[in-house]
Amino acid sequence: MDTSFRLFPEQASTAAEQVDRLYVFLLGVASFFTLLIFLLIVYFVIKYRHGARADRSQVSGNRYWILEITWSLIPLGLTMIMFGWGADLFFKVHQPPPDCIEINVLAKQWMWKIQHADGKQEINSLHIPVGKPVKLRMISQDVIHSFFVPSFRVKQDVLPGRYTTIWFQPTKTGRYHLFCAEYCGTSHSRMTGEIVVQQPAEYAQWLRGASSESPEAAGESLYDQFRCGTCHNNPTNPRCPPLDGIFGRMVRLEDGSTLQADEAYLRESILDPTAQVVAGYKPVMPTYKGQIGEEEVFQLIAYLKSLQPPQQRTPKSGPPPFETPNDTDQQP
Amino acid sequence: MNTHLAHHFDDADQQFDAARLGMWIFLATEIMFFGGMFVGYTIYRVNYPQAFAVGSSHLQLVAGTVNTAVLLLSSFTMALAVRCSQTNRRTGTVFLLAITLLLGVVFLGIKGFEYTEKFATHHVPGESFSLSEPHSSPVDPQHVELFFSFYFAMTGFHALHMIIGVALVTIAATQAWKKCFSAEYYTPVEITGLYWHFVDIVWVFLFPLLYLIR
Amino acid sequence: MSVAELPRRHYLNANYNIWSWLLTTDHKRIAILYMISLTLFFFVGGAAAILFRLELMTPQGDLLISETYNRLFTLHGVVMVFFFLIPSIPAVLGNFLVPMMIGARDMAFPRLNLLSWYLFMAGGILAIAAIVGGGVDTGWTFYTPYSTTYANSQVMAMAMGIFVAGFSSILTGMNFIVTTHTMRAPGMTWFRLPLFVWSHYATAVIMVLGTPVLAISLALIALERGLGVGIFDPKLGGDPLLFQHLFWFYSHPAVYIMVLPSMAVVSEIVPCFARKRIFGYSFIAFSSVAIAVLSFLVWGHHMFVSGQSVFAGMVFSFLSMLVAIPSAVKVFNWTATLHKGSISLETPMLYALGFIGLFTLGGLTGLFLATLAVDLHVHDTYFIVAHFHYIMVGGAVMGYLGGVHYWWPKMTGRLYPEWWGRVSAVVVFVGFNLTFFPQFVLGYLGMPRRYHVYPDEFQVLNVMSSAGASILGLGYLIPLVYLLWSLKYGKAAGPNPWNAKGVEWQTPSPPPTLNFDETPVVTEEAYAYPPLDESSAEGEPLEPVAN
Ligand code: HEA
Ligand code: HEA
Ligand code: HEC
Ligand code: CUA
Ligand SMILES: [Cu+2]
Repeated sequence: MDTSFRLFPEQASTAAEQVDRLYVFLLGVASFFTLLIFLLIVYFVIKYRHGARADRSQVSGNRYWILEITWSLIPLGLTMIMFGWGADLFFKVHQPPPDCIEINVLAKQWMWKIQHADGKQEINSLHIPVGKPVKLRMISQDVIHSFFVPSFRVKQDVLPGRYTTIWFQPTKTGRYHLFCAEYCGTSHSRMTGEIVVQQPAEYAQWLRGASSESPEAAGESLYDQFRCGTCHNNPTNPRCPPLDGIFGRMVRLEDGSTLQADEAYLRESILDPTAQVVAGYKPVMPTYKGQIGEEEVFQLIAYLKSLQPPQQRTPKSGPPPFETPNDTDQQP
Repeated sequence: MNTHLAHHFDDADQQFDAARLGMWIFLATEIMFFGGMFVGYTIYRVNYPQAFAVGSSHLQLVAGTVNTAVLLLSSFTMALAVRCSQTNRRTGTVFLLAITLLLGVVFLGIKGFEYTEKFATHHVPGESFSLSEPHSSPVDPQHVELFFSFYFAMTGFHALHMIIGVALVTIAATQAWKKCFSAEYYTPVEITGLYWHFVDIVWVFLFPLLYLIR
Repeated sequence: MSVAELPRRHYLNANYNIWSWLLTTDHKRIAILYMISLTLFFFVGGAAAILFRLELMTPQGDLLISETYNRLFTLHGVVMVFFFLIPSIPAVLGNFLVPMMIGARDMAFPRLNLLSWYLFMAGGILAIAAIVGGGVDTGWTFYTPYSTTYANSQVMAMAMGIFVAGFSSILTGMNFIVTTHTMRAPGMTWFRLPLFVWSHYATAVIMVLGTPVLAISLALIALERGLGVGIFDPKLGGDPLLFQHLFWFYSHPAVYIMVLPSMAVVSEIVPCFARKRIFGYSFIAFSSVAIAVLSFLVWGHHMFVSGQSVFAGMVFSFLSMLVAIPSAVKVFNWTATLHKGSISLETPMLYALGFIGLFTLGGLTGLFLATLAVDLHVHDTYFIVAHFHYIMVGGAVMGYLGGVHYWWPKMTGRLYPEWWGRVSAVVVFVGFNLTFFPQFVLGYLGMPRRYHVYPDEFQVLNVMSSAGASILGLGYLIPLVYLLWSLKYGKAAGPNPWNAKGVEWQTPSPPPTLNFDETPVVTEEAYAYPPLDESSAEGEPLEPVAN
């Protein structure tokens, strides 16, 4: 980590450069107007100071309206540029590319727990390869926290009870600060960590280092432990929807709406099964809230994602197949 | 000169205008106050419609309906009281204010009875909350607890306003009794009336939102 | 001016015993009561700031433990916002001046006015009790679920304190609106009202419509903490963001409660010391109203990274940009007022010009925050801290001090030592910039706010900031000393020491209990300073004040 004194933060992600460009534009506008007002005040105070000889004849007429309109419209135009530029960039920063490395982040007072896709876990540090987009799926176990990496110019609050996501693409290897930016109690200022950006080779090696059980495997044993299979894997039991290939599938709900099963949906189905009930089924699934922690939910989801649809076996890494919403059985 | 004119006003009209405008502004703040809760309620109701319906089904519709009638009636007597004081009919004013007062107390009594029942059935949010639902019921009891949180917060604040209203009516009635008012000066009755109607209207919104959503 | 003397009978000496103060319904005396209590609160909040600035001199947490640090900044934020800045100008200067400026004998509801002071004190005492009883560590924003479930401190007492104080704000606002509507002197039409009154009217609208929402959100927090009636608790399916929405729905408009009255003061001072009618009267008047209306539509800009939808973020960003326009209109009109004036730099003018400069910078950095992609980076960093101190300390507090100096002769009948006044204004300006400018840099570098320990590389800038804070503290002590001194030793001011226009200057200083010996009749517009003669070097002379 570069810890020398500096006046401008390092640029270490694709977003950093873009945000800085906008920032420089804003700095320009702000400096211009601050200086303008400041210099005008000084100039008037000197020129028209009490007792100084100066032309004080007042001009009357419509000049006054022209002035008012000018100095309303120019700022309006400038702020619209700021808005448009900022919104456009913001939108991009919220649009992860499809080929992201996905990592789960669990925040709690006062640490960051990271779960990599293959089960590697770390606390208060995050290893990622340079040049690859990374997407984090984050949830908090207690209060609100915020994931903040200044050198990447990104930040996202981490909420209890709900997934939020963030993505970035590092452009430089090195170590960068990770801060918790939302006040979360006594040791808020110690809820910090490191982002370690490595060359892909180095990263691969790091990943291979002592890895714990993969989340899918962990999820599978949870699945057994909580006896999900008694209902869901029971072909003779038509009361439960089959879970093979559930991830990414279009699901039709009791209230008539359809949605695509994503992580947030799966999480809700486990912790709060009655919130969104699948059409055609009775809401008899028990809630697992309070019994299954957020970390375990991540693992269960990983396992559910690994389940293949019965008819069609696709390679493991391939995109999950979709049922189109217009499928016959979806018609009313 | 009118003895009720405070030193800083020019005339009684000015004083009356000021008092009435003041009361309207106060009512605007009250709308915002309850508005915060209404917004929260609406959001959760949209999120958890079934749970809210279940919660609502545990309220006592009869008690709520009776209370609505009681309050509407009290608004009516209040309006008549104001009218009487405008036209200088003292006994009428006192009598009608007393009835309003009585109806207000009845409302609070019924409310108190409903609250007691909720305590007895463990429907008060908190540690002891429990919901003995038939097993077929699909809802998460915690969301029902949210409904009851809103129920208690909203009706609680409303009841607080009723208590204040009852106090105000009592004051107005005693003043009327003591011949403080006349056709020229009846501001306190008018102001109390505005307040009373407002509290009534809040209930008119609360009743369907809380009791009638099954 | 030749030897002025204090009038023999005025509101200050009308009655001496303590009850005549504690039970007074005279808006001027209530203003003085407020002024004394607010000054106390300001120094309490300031002392906390000095303590944690001291801690921030080093990156390690060596002076204070984290618990204490967190309690200090919460105390600082709560006290400064709710118990100093929000009531500052409205309850002191507004209370004193609004009735006088419109030629009324008192506020419309004098007893409610007194009640508002008692509510304020009751709230203040609850807040102090919360602090003495262990403090509060939630930050002034009370975000759930931390405040409801996890915080291990006196949140209840503090929330109730603010709740109660909120009602004092509502009563003050009601009084302003009704007074302005019903109590104007003959001839005082809406467009002859001083801009001070316009701004206070706009402020009052925000107070009346915004404060109840704060009250209800705090009440709900208290219910949730105290009785378990939880509606924000995510464990029950509650939405913690709902609280943020409710909180900012008030607290964003509240920032304009803090700054509009300061703008009111500046709009009075600038024409007086430029000896010139204000430029664009109606634009300044309507911009206050526009700010008040728009302020209710932008609260979501505090939640760009909270997890609200991208679309909501865009809407709030757009609306936030619009609020900047009326503010810009005001700044340009004040500057234009200086053009071809006859300017003298007495203490109030120094403060007013300081306000214009620092508000401009603070406001423009507000636009950085309203720009979505940039807020993503600077949200919850020292950039925010710098932004709002530029507006609240550099802007609003400067406006308050300027106003206090400007109307001090009217309120007390005495002149303060002008030289010391100018010194204090300069010290405050310098100390202020040294304290808060480095924080912009710190923030963009990424130093998060509410951090008790921080990485070493931020130390240099933090030391600069702490050094500035001590200069700033000194700058605030100077006026405290000489203003108190002037109460006894200051020269008598006479009714109109600045030779200013405005109804309040037509009555003796200090004014009599009912403000005017006879009801004034208004025959001219506000700021009707005589035209400056084209050839004249002087303009109309400004009376020299004490040297
Ligand atoms: C008196 C207080 C005050 C005032 C007046 C303002 C005014 C403004 N504020 Fe500020 N703000 C705060 C106090 C204030 N703010 C506080 C306390 C916080 C933090 C709360 C917390 O989290 O603890 C905050 C936080 C805050 C945020 C949230 C940041 C975050 O947490 O991520 C945002 C985002 O949009 C914002 C924006 C603005 C804008 C656009 C204005 C505008 O109204 C400014 C308008 C003024 C100008 C623009 C200057 C004048 C213009 C010119 C001289 C001409 C040139 C003009 C143009 C080119 C347009 N503020
Ligand atoms: C009106 C509002 C107001 C005012 C006037 C101030 C005034 C000051 N503020 Fe504050 N500030 C806030 C509102 C305000 N602040 C808010 C809302 C927050 C956010 C809180 C939160 O995060 O929840 C905040 C947060 C805040 C922080 C960030 C803390 C953090 O995030 O960890 C800092 C840090 O420097 C700071 C500094 C100061 C300083 C140095 C002053 C100075 O201007 C103070 C100067 C005054 C004095 C110094 C007192 C007078 C003198 C004496 C008592 C004599 C003794 C002293 C000496 C001789 C040196 N403030
Ligand atoms: C008592 C039987 C039962 C048990 C045990 C059970 N479920 Fe279910 N599950 C159901 C039923 C019935 C539904 C369909 C109705 C609904 O959506 O609530 C369902 C729906 C789901 C869905 C949504 C399926 C879709 O098609 O959208 C998921 C995901 C799920 N369950 C996961 C689990 C997991 C993981 C476990 C164990 C931890 C589990 N279930 C245990 C009965 C059960
Ligand atoms: Cu976690 Cu701050
Ligand atoms: Cu804001």
